[in-house]
Amino acid sequence: MKRFFLLSFFLSFGLYSQDYFIVNDGVKTKEYGNTAFTNANIYTDKGVISNSTLIINDGKIINYGRNIDIPKNTVIYDIGGRYIYPSFVETFSNFGTEKYSRSDFSRSSQYEPSRKGYYWNDHILSDYNAFDNYIYNKSDADKMRKMGFGVVNSNSNDGVHRGTSFTVALIDDKNESYRLIQDKSSEYYSFSKSSRYNQSYPNSTMGAIALIRQLFHDANWYSQGVSNTKDLALEALIENKDLPKFFDAGEKLNVIRAAKLSNEFNLNFVIKGSGKEYENIRELKKFDNTIIVPINFPKAYDVSNPLLNKKLTINQLRYWNQAPANLKILDENNIEFIVTSSGINRTDDFLENLRTAVKHGLNIKKAIESLTIVPARSLNLGDKLGKIEKNFLANFIITSGPLFDDETEIDENWVKGNRHIINPLNTVNFDGEYEININGNNYNLIISNSQDNINTRVKKDSINLKSKTSLQDDWLYLTIFDEYKSKASYAQLSAKIISENTISGLGIDFNNDEFKFKTTSNRKLKKSKGEDLRLEAQKVSKLTYPNVGFGLTEVPKSKSIHFKNATLWTNEDLGIVENYDILISRGKIVEIGKDINTPPGYEVVDATGKHITSGIIDEHSHMAASSINEGGHNSSAEVSIMDVINPDDVNIYRNLAGGVTTVQILHGSANPIGGQSAIIKLKWGSEIEDMFFEGAAPFIKFALGENVKQSNWGGSRFPQTRMGVEQVFIDHFDRASEYANNWTEYNSLNKREKSRTPKPRFDEELETLWEIMKGERFISSHSYVQSEINMLMKVAEKYNFRINTFTHILEGYKVADKMREHGVAASTFSDWWGYKYEVNDAIPYNASIMHNAGVLVALNSDSSELSRRLNLEAAKAVKYGGVSETEAWKFVTLNPAKMLHLDHKVGSLKEGKDADIVLWSGHPMSLYSRAEMTFIEGALYFDENDHERRISEIKNEKSELISLMFREIQAEREKNLKEIFEDNTSDGNQKFPIPDNILMSGAEIISFPELEVNCETIEIH
Amino acid sequence: MKKFIFFNILFLNLLFAQQTPAPEQSKSILIYGATTHVGNGELIKNSVIGFTNGEFDLISSTNEIPNNQQLENFLNINKTKYDTIINATNHHIYPGIIALNSNLGLVEVDAVKASVDDDESGTFLPNVRSIIAYNAESKAVESMRPNGVLIAQITPNGGIISGSSSVVQLDAWNWEDATIKYDQGIHLNWPSPYTFGRWWLGEDRGLKRNMNYSSQIENVRDFFDKSFANMNTKKSMNLKSKAMKGVFEGTTTVYLNADDEKEIVDGVSFLKDYGIDKIVIVGGTGSKDQINFIKENKIPVILKQPYRLPSSEDADPRNTFRLAKELLDNNILVSIDPTGTASDRVLTRNLPFYAGSFSSYGINKEKALSLITINPAKILGIDDEFGSIEIGKSATLFISKGDALDIVSNNVTHAFISGRNISLETHQTRLWRRYSNKYSSSQ
Repeated sequence: MKRFFLLSFFLSFGLYSQDYFIVNDGVKTKEYGNTAFTNANIYTDKGVISNSTLIINDGKIINYGRNIDIPKNTVIYDIGGRYIYPSFVETFSNFGTEKYSRSDFSRSSQYEPSRKGYYWNDHILSDYNAFDNYIYNKSDADKMRKMGFGVVNSNSNDGVHRGTSFTVALIDDKNESYRLIQDKSSEYYSFSKSSRYNQSYPNSTMGAIALIRQLFHDANWYSQGVSNTKDLALEALIENKDLPKFFDAGEKLNVIRAAKLSNEFNLNFVIKGSGKEYENIRELKKFDNTIIVPINFPKAYDVSNPLLNKKLTINQLRYWNQAPANLKILDENNIEFIVTSSGINRTDDFLENLRTAVKHGLNIKKAIESLTIVPARSLNLGDKLGKIEKNFLANFIITSGPLFDDETEIDENWVKGNRHIINPLNTVNFDGEYEININGNNYNLIISNSQDNINTRVKKDSINLKSKTSLQDDWLYLTIFDEYKSKASYAQLSAKIISENTISGLGIDFNNDEFKFKTTSNRKLKKSKGEDLRLEAQKVSKLTYPNVGFGLTEVPKSKSIHFKNATLWTNEDLGIVENYDILISRGKIVEIGKDINTPPGYEVVDATGKHITSGIIDEHSHMAASSINEGGHNSSAEVSIMDVINPDDVNIYRNLAGGVTTVQILHGSANPIGGQSAIIKLKWGSEIEDMFFEGAAPFIKFALGENVKQSNWGGSRFPQTRMGVEQVFIDHFDRASEYANNWTEYNSLNKREKSRTPKPRFDEELETLWEIMKGERFISSHSYVQSEINMLMKVAEKYNFRINTFTHILEGYKVADKMREHGVAASTFSDWWGYKYEVNDAIPYNASIMHNAGVLVALNSDSSELSRRLNLEAAKAVKYGGVSETEAWKFVTLNPAKMLHLDHKVGSLKEGKDADIVLWSGHPMSLYSRAEMTFIEGALYFDENDHERRISEIKNEKSELISLMFREIQAEREKNLKEIFEDNTSDGNQKFPIPDNILMSGAEIISFPELEVNCETIEIH
Repeated sequence: MKKFIFFNILFLNLLFAQQTPAPEQSKSILIYGATTHVGNGELIKNSVIGFTNGEFDLISSTNEIPNNQQLENFLNINKTKYDTIINATNHHIYPGIIALNSNLGLVEVDAVKASVDDDESGTFLPNVRSIIAYNAESKAVESMRPNGVLIAQITPNGGIISGSSSVVQLDAWNWEDATIKYDQGIHLNWPSPYTFGRWWLGEDRGLKRNMNYSSQIENVRDFFDKSFANMNTKKSMNLKSKAMKGVFEGTTTVYLNADDEKEIVDGVSFLKDYGIDKIVIVGGTGSKDQINFIKENKIPVILKQPYRLPSSEDADPRNTFRLAKELLDNNILVSIDPTGTASDRVLTRNLPFYAGSFSSYGINKEKALSLITINPAKILGIDDEFGSIEIGKSATLFISKGDALDIVSNNVTHAFISGRNISLETHQTRLWRRYSNKYSSSQ
């Protein structure tokens, strides 16, 4: 309910404190007086002080509390028991800035920077200050104030380094100097490149990560003052070193990636998240970054189309009911967070969603802090903003009741002592059902939404009639259309609204006669909230890791198992043996033998008629990564797949179902020197760090041939021929040699000499190449034709190292003797060919010829679908060229383990090795067999029986969530009377699911629209 | 006449460099001792198979024969009747495998535009004929033969109506000699009822209704209406209408490329409206949700090969393998569409393994074999001649040392097309021997 209490003389006073400004439009009217708010409930960090007074002067809080003295020259507002809260601080905003979006995307790529005098990469815009192009935007300010914000920190949305932000108070009637709090308040970073500049690098998340790393190395080096060139971007970065640093990560995995960078360079990033932090909270809580969290909770999907419902995923359905608990979960895990309005489209949703979060368990004090003092502190404004406290800015909101009550509204928003009225004074809520008699008939008037956009329904004998309503300056005008004496006619009412439940005034009836009326609402319409079924839905679905249908609530633990009477494919001297037992415990293979007695504490699995092998290893995979190619440079040795692991990729689970336990995730083949690989075990449901193969040697991808010379799409980057490819390698290794010399020289200096000598520039790319030359990092090179294979071996020999693996290597059979001599292994496709020119001579006998010639051979997948059936690819080595089954099986297990330098741990059934084993229903190379159980380090990660159970669980969960969504949409419809009368308006979220294959490539947000990457996803192999 | 009896058949084809394509069958052939997989679901153990002048004229089994004496008599009688006798004990005989929906011979190397001839520009191209672009000497085509794939439906791609397909056998001098059946079907690519947001233009990424769907369907309807109206015009200058005539008159099959269930129902209903009955669904992933509809309308389904990831992250990754069984259990005629894998055209030689993989999920092996033999023959309307080993049919068959549907045991030793003993040599086997010799002689 509204109270009338304020006088409106206030705005006639100016409040300029800029005393030195000259006035030409009148006389200077300096305001010396105080303003007091009495009879208030004031929210302070110690709790609500009831019956108290707040005094402000000149934009600041002078005093507050109970029984305080009110000075003489004070304008007093009795706010009648309403509430005063500090107003909110928005840290993540583009308020008033220039919005950049890619207007055109040219088909030709640009590889060089275009800014002169700045950094080598155009996407580092550290010198850009968003304030320079800022224009105050009244309508946006109004929206922000309606949500309760008084101050925004605004940044440009463009670039990997976006430059600096500014902080401004949202006061419409003042000039910039009055509004501005800080013109340079923080630095902003992201993994997305600028849309103003077309430089190709970085076109992947891992490229952006590497770029930021190199940027900090370069800044360190530049600050020594030894650079003989000028770099204004680095100078700005160095100058802004002490500003708070914000990171727009957005996507949930990127939040972790930003947090890691933050740790690495001690930057204390405040990271803008996704609202899905609960999905990887296990990892997030290991960092102490403050997270900026959006609360744009998804609405229920429009589930009225059953065909589309089938395409909804568990993850999308759960998002609906789990997102509101995000803030609570962050709090429970002691992660400091800031709530942002970013992503909110309807201003009313902001408070509504915040209240929903409270209903879902968020502590109220935390909720307020996350909007006030925490964001204020993150901007180094914790001594000015975010609290009702003496000497703080007079930034507060007046609300009709406690902030988190459903009925409470923000009435006023005061910014630096400047009043902004949100809810006009003269609105009375007279919603209700009224009855009125006109010309002897009873008409029912149902009035709703009277405070906002009034809606009226008129009924006679329960039949709806046409009517027209308007409410102007608290006068109601209503026209009713009806038949009178069998003729179309109308009646009109007019009334000044002064009561909540009575309308009285003058009318003109259907006969055009005047009449007086007075009617009282017989039924107070309750503004009912739609039923929140999200709480109920939480009982239906649990949070799993990852949060998808096949996700786990708990990471599987290693077991002690005695498998009896199996056929073992040992890959050791023992060979393939029948009726054998194998024992696993504590993650290792403990014993292999015949008729072993079961030790105490061991589970027994009868494996009669079944086969047990070591887990399949894929040398060439691209699963479980958010980006694959960084093709912006012809060498991207500095990027690493390890930075962009996506543990949520369901292909991990699908591959476990195919008996795969270890994969090398390789960079793509967009450039001659690719990026660093990640070797992971498929520990589905584990944290990223736990997936990495412990102690695995580092690898890097190289590539040759058509892809790197951009043969099958337009491209202008060097090299365009195989001749050029060689030169890229030689050039880079020459540079790496020189780099190595410089550092070796520097490192050999004694302490005193070092202090006098500038440190050489640290270069992530050359460091990596140096590792290769030292034999500390191994190359797996994409290759097809014999000429290039031979070339790369010669390049390596020239620099005294060896290529570790040729991958694809479809013409390896032509140079198998040279390969054996060089000592390189071959990881090939079984039977692919015909898709491009360089695979003309690819033959399915390749593996067997190389094997017979003494080369270590593996079969790989290059595809998350194919890797599920690498066991059948091994069978092709038997079919094509007659390799023995014993040796063929090694092509997908022991041999890739050797290539990856992991055969001391995996790749065969041997006592002491990791218990990465697969139980097959039959012969492992027959397509009639299936993997029934897959273990990694003794823990059961795939179990066929469990799989069937989960399939039915997924089905049930889905149908329960969909039916709850149905109910919520119905409830939502009934919430407003308005909608009862409307036909089938759909309230649901019309956005529909992204099939996961799109989602995967979608994760690579910044790679589009770089054309070459787009092509690359089609043509990875 | 001299008789050759080969006991060790493994190297038969390798010892004698054969002419490619093989000449007409001049000598009658008897193969005995093998297990014959007829193709129609039946199995004949210890079979005796004879063929003369390109046709089967003896299909029997020594199993029925009660004693050894009679067995010997039987064999002796038959051995005198045939010019060439092959002892295929412990081997398996299969009808030649038929590949549907293939662009073999139309494309040589995907990435080389000059070698790509399967996708003409334009939207409605029923008049475009794949057969005249078919390269009988393609390296991809020859590589089918050593795996027992001997017949293919050469199919154009692209547009809404891609053109017409023809059926060929895969050992011929030129397209004319290769053809088994000309222009037997047109290929209709049904528009998708869903689209993805063009997120690079700032649209929401999600899957949503294709707002242009109904207007796209109207365009198809318009084309059909006009074709129907014009098809009987005398001296018509409208090539497209003329090409559609067979469709309306029931002589040309419509291959409806439809994967989603809505596409299937809409597409079939659309065609039925025109009284078109010869409809075959190609793709058919969503067919499991419309089994009754498909059954009632008696529509055969050419199911995409099973090696595909499911479209939803929550879906059972084994769903694609279970699909064939669900359709077969409902008496729907099912075959396999080999497209959809990386390098799908050249990997069409894996067709027997796709069938084997379907069989690993509840179909018996003989029924699985019919997915790539008699069923596609029925779909193509060539089952009176091909698709099974039966008296009077074309002697198109191959012999494998082991189970041909399983990779590890598939080992084709002989293949015959209409009785012609065809070469299993390819560009690939020649390179294999060349380089195997290089290293064995250097050691």
